[in-house]
Amino acid sequence: MLTISREVVEAIIAHARADHPDEACGVVAGPAGTDRPERFIPMVNAARSPTFYEFDSLDLLRLYREMDANDEEPVVIYHSHTATQAYPSRTDISYASEPGAHYVLVSTREPVEVEFRSYRIVDGQVTEEPVTIVEAAGE
Amino acid sequence: MAIAISIPTILRTYTDGAKSVEASGSTLAEVIADLESRFPGIAERLLDDGALRRFVNVYINDEDVRFLGGVDAPISDGDAVTVLPAVAGGS
Repeated sequence: MLTISREVVEAIIAHARADHPDEACGVVAGPAGTDRPERFIPMVNAARSPTFYEFDSLDLLRLYREMDANDEEPVVIYHSHTATQAYPSRTDISYASEPGAHYVLVSTREPVEVEFRSYRIVDGQVTEEPVTIVEAAGE
Repeated sequence: MAIAISIPTILRTYTDGAKSVEASGSTLAEVIADLESRFPGIAERLLDDGALRRFVNVYINDEDVRFLGGVDAPISDGDAVTVLPAVAGGS
């Protein structure tokens, strides 16, 4: 199960809306071992594409160094689908490389309603999980 | 003589869970061959037909090796190598 604050959920949705029709992507880091997504880190989609996303390679290095220095992990890795449902694509599954992360998918295909769903992707196996939204982190 | 290699979570199954290992070599290809001799299977995860896999990023110090000659990139003792799988996907 993913437990996440409303503030972070809204930040992810706002990022996805802002980058629509391109895919938006980012991370929510949290203290290592806590499974608490606390620090919202929007990333640039280096592919700038409506059908693909990729973190810029040097941004990725900086991000991981920063998380290492803060003793953080990528608790959530999020991206948007802008014309399809919020379900991991074959491409998403084949590149998923953080077995400990919650992969959050947001779909912005509908102008008002946003789908917000979370998955574990381990060894090519996708498992959807419930999302619990709390009013503030840690409560 | 040692080059420090930082190993991402997904490849730590090859390194008995170690986050960082040491290797030697004067090019990235030699370093990967040295890793493979001690951690069999790891090279396959980094290379495809002798070239770096498209969705694996390797850095020497602060530079992406794609800008340093790929697997032929020169490495010196004391350099730090970081391996990070790309964070990527698509609909």
